[in-house]
Amino acid sequence: MPKDGGIGASSKRREDVRFLTGAGNYTDDINLRGQAYVHFLRSDIAHGTITNIDTAAASAMPGVVRIFTGADFQAVGGLPCGWQITDRFGEAMKEPRHPVLADGKVRHVGEPICAVVADTLEQARDAAEAIVVDIDELPAVVDMAKALTADSPKVHDDLSDNMCYDWGFVEENKEAVEEAFRNAAHVTTCELTNNRLVANPMEPRVALGDYDRSSDNSTLYTTSQNPHVIRLLMGAFVLGIPEHKLRVVAPDVGGGFGTKIFHYAEEALCTFAAKALNRPVKWTSTRSEAFVSDAHGRDHVTTIELALDADNNFTAVRTSTLANMGAYLSTFAPSVPTWLHGTLMAGNYKTPLVYVNVRAVFTNTVPVDAYRGAGRPEATFQLERVIDKAARELGVDPIALRRQNFVSEFPYQTPVAVAYDSGDFHRLMDKLEAQADFEGFAARRAKSEAEGKLRGLGINCFIEACGIAPSNLVGQLGARAGLYESATVRVNATGGLVVMTGSHSHGQGHETAFPQVIAEMIGIDESMIEIVHGDTANTPMGMGTYGSRSIAVGGSAMVRATEKIINKAKKIAAHLMEASESDIELKDGAFSVAGTDKSVAWGDVTLAAYVPHNYPLEDIEPGLEETAFYDPSNFTYPAGAYACEVEVDKETGAVTIAKFTTADDFGNVINPMIVDGQVHGGLVQGIGQALMENAAYDENGQLLSASYMDYAMPRASDVPMFTVDHSNGTPCTHNPLGVKGCGEAGAIGSPPTVVNAVVDALQSGGHKVDHVDMPVSPARVWAAMQG
Amino acid sequence: MYNFEFVKPATLADAVAALSGEDAQALGGGQTLIPTLKQRLNQPGTLVSLLSIPEMVGVCKTDDGALSVGGATTHATVSAEAAVDFPGLAGLASHIGDPAVRNRGTIGGSLANNDPAACYPAAALGTGATIVTNAREIAADDYFQGMFATALEEGEVITEVRFPVPEVSNYQKFVQPASRFALVGVFVAKYADGVRVAVTGASEEGVFRWSEAEAALSAIFSVDALAGLSVPADGMIGDLHGTPAYRAHLVAVMTRRAVAAAA
Ligand SMILES: Cc1cc2nc3c(=O)[nH]c(=O)nc-3n(C[C@H](O)[C@H](O)[C@H](O)COP(=O)(O)OP(=O)(O)OC[C@H]3O[C@@H](n4cnc5c(N)ncnc54)[C@H](O)[C@@H]3O)c2cc1C
Repeated sequence: MPKDGGIGASSKRREDVRFLTGAGNYTDDINLRGQAYVHFLRSDIAHGTITNIDTAAASAMPGVVRIFTGADFQAVGGLPCGWQITDRFGEAMKEPRHPVLADGKVRHVGEPICAVVADTLEQARDAAEAIVVDIDELPAVVDMAKALTADSPKVHDDLSDNMCYDWGFVEENKEAVEEAFRNAAHVTTCELTNNRLVANPMEPRVALGDYDRSSDNSTLYTTSQNPHVIRLLMGAFVLGIPEHKLRVVAPDVGGGFGTKIFHYAEEALCTFAAKALNRPVKWTSTRSEAFVSDAHGRDHVTTIELALDADNNFTAVRTSTLANMGAYLSTFAPSVPTWLHGTLMAGNYKTPLVYVNVRAVFTNTVPVDAYRGAGRPEATFQLERVIDKAARELGVDPIALRRQNFVSEFPYQTPVAVAYDSGDFHRLMDKLEAQADFEGFAARRAKSEAEGKLRGLGINCFIEACGIAPSNLVGQLGARAGLYESATVRVNATGGLVVMTGSHSHGQGHETAFPQVIAEMIGIDESMIEIVHGDTANTPMGMGTYGSRSIAVGGSAMVRATEKIINKAKKIAAHLMEASESDIELKDGAFSVAGTDKSVAWGDVTLAAYVPHNYPLEDIEPGLEETAFYDPSNFTYPAGAYACEVEVDKETGAVTIAKFTTADDFGNVINPMIVDGQVHGGLVQGIGQALMENAAYDENGQLLSASYMDYAMPRASDVPMFTVDHSNGTPCTHNPLGVKGCGEAGAIGSPPTVVNAVVDALQSGGHKVDHVDMPVSPARVWAAMQG
Repeated sequence: MYNFEFVKPATLADAVAALSGEDAQALGGGQTLIPTLKQRLNQPGTLVSLLSIPEMVGVCKTDDGALSVGGATTHATVSAEAAVDFPGLAGLASHIGDPAVRNRGTIGGSLANNDPAACYPAAALGTGATIVTNAREIAADDYFQGMFATALEEGEVITEVRFPVPEVSNYQKFVQPASRFALVGVFVAKYADGVRVAVTGASEEGVFRWSEAEAALSAIFSVDALAGLSVPADGMIGDLHGTPAYRAHLVAVMTRRAVAAAA
C-alpha cells in the first residue's frame, strides 16, 4: 500500500508548481535598481602572450562605465583550488595561479581578458569590439600525451612541465600488484577514452554583484550549488571580504550537474566591480560562452589491466590514466581523478590488490572538474569494460564472472582505502535478471536480425561512494574544506516548521523530500514544513549539494536538529502533563504519557514554547529552534546492476537503445517518484555520454563542438521507456535515515552498460571489435564494422 | 545584435524596392538569419520581412500540374498542404528541425541560404524545380552553385518554387547527431521520362545530382538497380560527425532506402 505522506511516499514535487508555471526565481530574474551589465571579452586564441590591451577608444563609447583588465586584479588573489593532491613522491601538486582576468598570457579559448561594464549589455558588447588586444600566438597543446613530452609547449611558463601531479594509489601496493600480474593465469587489457563533456545545465550561469556603501556589505547573487562555499572561497581567497560582510544568494538553480559547484572568475568580477563602481553589476552567460567557460567534465585516457587466476578469480587491477585538468585548476579538479576515482577501483569485487596511477595534465583547454558522478563514472567505465572483455576472452558468461567475484560480506574493507558498510550485489543481480527478461533476449535478437539490425546485450555492475566524508579524513586526503552539512529547524508558535539547510537544490526536489522526513518523525502533515536554502544570510554554514550527498548528509543534519527539537518538546510536554519526561511518547503529532490516556497536541507544545506562561522556565529556555551539524563517519555506498539492449543498424552504424533496466540499491528511499526521476535523468545523461556528447578540440585548441550545431545532446526520443527498480535497498548503517544517495547512479552506471551492449551487438555480427570509444557515434560504429 | 531598421511590406513590389536600399536584407522565418544577428556575425541596415506578402505564401497546383509553393511558405504549411499532391516533399518538410523551426522557417529562406546540409535543396534539385524570383525563373540545375552559393543576385527575392510533381518520390535523411540537419540526405524522384537523384549534406560542393544512380534507376526503378554503385569519398565533407568515406557510404545507403520507400 503506497503511503500518502512521510518517508516512502511519492509526494508530488511542490516546487514544480512554480517551475512549471514560470514563477521560479532564478538568478537572471533578479534585477537591481541601477544595475550595469558586464560583457567579457574572451580569448579566441588558445595560447598566447598578451602584448598590448588598448581600451582607450572603447572606454569613450556611449554608456561605458569601466573596463577592467588583468591589471586591476594584481592586488587580489587568484581563483583558489580547494583540494591539494600529494603525488607518488610526497610532493605537493603544481598549482599555477588562476587569475580572475588573463594576466600576461591567455591559456585557453574562452579565457576572459577584459570585462566591459556599461549601462546596457549591447553598449558593453559594442565597446568590447572597440578594444584592441594584441596577442602573440604561441603553439597550443591539447593532447595530454603530447603535453607530457619534453618539447611540448608549456601551458604555464613558471612550472617545470605540464604535469600537475603523478599520483599512485595504493603506492605501497605497487610491488605486490606487479607480482600478482606476473603470476596471473590470464591478463586482460583495455585502452579507453572517457570523453570530455560540457555540462549544459538548462540555466546558464549568472552573477549579479551588489554593494551597499552605507553598511560596506557586498552581496553576490549567483547560480551556485553551494553558496557558502563560494562565500568562503571568494571572500577569503580572492577578494579579501570577510564572511560577515559578504552574502551569497543562489535562488532557484536550473540544473548544475557539478559545473555550478565551482567558484568562477565572473562571480569575483561582478562582486569586485559592484564595490568599485558602487553599482550593481550583472553578467548572464550566453550559451556560446557557457561552452568555453563552464568547467568541462571527464576527459581521461586510461589503460586498465585485469589479472585473473586459473579459476577466473580477479587477483589484481592496474590502471594508468592521463587526466586532463585544462589550463587551470578549477575548484575541486585535482580530487576527481584521484580520491573520487582511485577509491572506486575495487568496484563490486573482492579483487585483493589494486594500483591506480593518475597523471594530471595541463593543456590549453577549458578547465575540467566534477561532472555528475565525478571520477566514479570514469572508474566504473574502465572496470566494467575490462571485465566484459575478460569474460569474452575467457569464454565465460559475463554475469557469472561478475557474480563469482562479487563482494558478498559486509562490512568489507577494500584494498583502496574505503570500507563498504552494506550492500547485496547478488540480490541486485537477481532483481536485474528477473526484470530484464534475459530469457527473451535470443528471440528479440532474432527479430532485430530480421530487420537488418544487430542486437546486443550489455551488463554492468557498479558501486559509488557518495556523501564523501568524514571531514578529518578528507582533510588528510588534501581537501581544504570540511564535508559536513547543517540544518536549523525553527518551529513556530502555531506548530509549523521552517528548516534552513546548508544543502541546496538545483532541481532535486529538496523542498518536497526534506519535509517528508520531518513529517514522519513528528507525525504531522508535510505541508506544515517549509525548506529554506540557498542564502548565506539565513542558513547555517553548509557545504551544498553535489556528490549525491544531500539526503545522506544534509538530511542527517536535519534529522539531528529535529531530534533535538523533539527532545526539548518532550520536556515541555512533560511539564504540561505533569509527567516524567521519560514517559513521554510522540506519535501522530501528539505527545502522550505512556500507559495513560493523557496527551497534548504538537501545536499546544509549540505554543507553550513561545507563550511560556505555563512553562518550566527555570529548567529550559523558551522557544523551539535547534541547529545541528552532521559529519558522517563514512561515505555511503549505493550500488547497482544495469542491463541495456541496443540495436545497431548494419548499414549506417546507428545505435538505438532498445531496452534499459536497472536495479539500484539506494538504501532507504524517502520519495520513490523523485528517485525514479533522478535515475531517469542520470541514465539519459550517461546515454548521452555513451552515444553522442563530445567536447572535441582541434590541435590549435579551438573547441570544435562549441554549440548545439555540433555538440549533440540526448533528447527524449533517443531513449526508451526505462524499467527502474530500487526496492532492494540495504540501509546505510551509519546515518540516521539509512539512506545512500541516488543523484549520480544513472550517469555512473549507464555508459559502460551501453558500450558493453554495442560491443556485444557487433561481435554477434561477426565483427572482431572489442571496443568502440565514446561517443559511440554512427560514424565510429560504421568504421569499427569496416575492421 | 546590432541595431537595424525593420520593414514589413505587404506587396512584392514594395519588398523589392525596400531591398534595393543600402545594406537591406530579406528576412524570411529568421531561423538562420536571426541567430547570426544575435552572434553579431551580420550587420544589415534594414531587414525586409517577406512574411506579409500574400502572393508569396501558400501551396497550390498550377495548370500544367506542377506544385507551386510561395517563397515565404513555412515548412509546416508545406508539410500539411503538399501531403496529398506531393507526399515526398511534404515528408521532407515535416522532418526539418523541430515544430518551432517548421512554423517559422520558409522554403525561400532555405533555398536562398543553401546550407550544404539543408533538406530543401535536395528536393529542388531532385525534381528539377524552377526557382521563381521577382526578376526571372531559374532552373534548379543552374541555381545551386556550391556551399551557401546560389544564382541569386543581390536583393533578388525567391517568390515561388515550382516543383514538377513526380510519379513517386522519397527523401531519406540520415541526421547529423547534434544539429539534426542532414549528415546525408537523398531525394529520389521518378518521372515518366526518367529518375532524378539529388544528394545533400555530403559534398563539399553542396547539393549534387548522382548521375550514375539516375541512369541506373531510369533503366529499372528498383533497389537492385543500385547494386554496386557508389560515389567516391573524394570531395565529400569530413568533420567531427563523419569522414568523407562514411558520407560516401551513406549516400548509397540513403539512396537505396529512398528508392525502397518510394517504390
Ligand atoms: C534548430 C534548427 C534546426 C533546423 N533543422 C533543419 C533541418 O533539419 N533541415 C533544414 O533544411 N533546415 C533546418 N534548419 C534551417 C531552417 O530550415 C531555416 O528555416 C532555413 O534554413 C532558413 O529559412 P528562414 O525562412 O528561416 O530564412 P531566414 O533565416 O529568414 O533567412 C535566411 C537567408 O535567406 C534570405 N532569404 C530569406 N527568404 C528569402 C527569399 N524569399 N528570397 C531570397 N532570400 C531570402 C535571408 O536574407 C537570409 O540570407 C534548422 C534551423 C534551426 C534553427
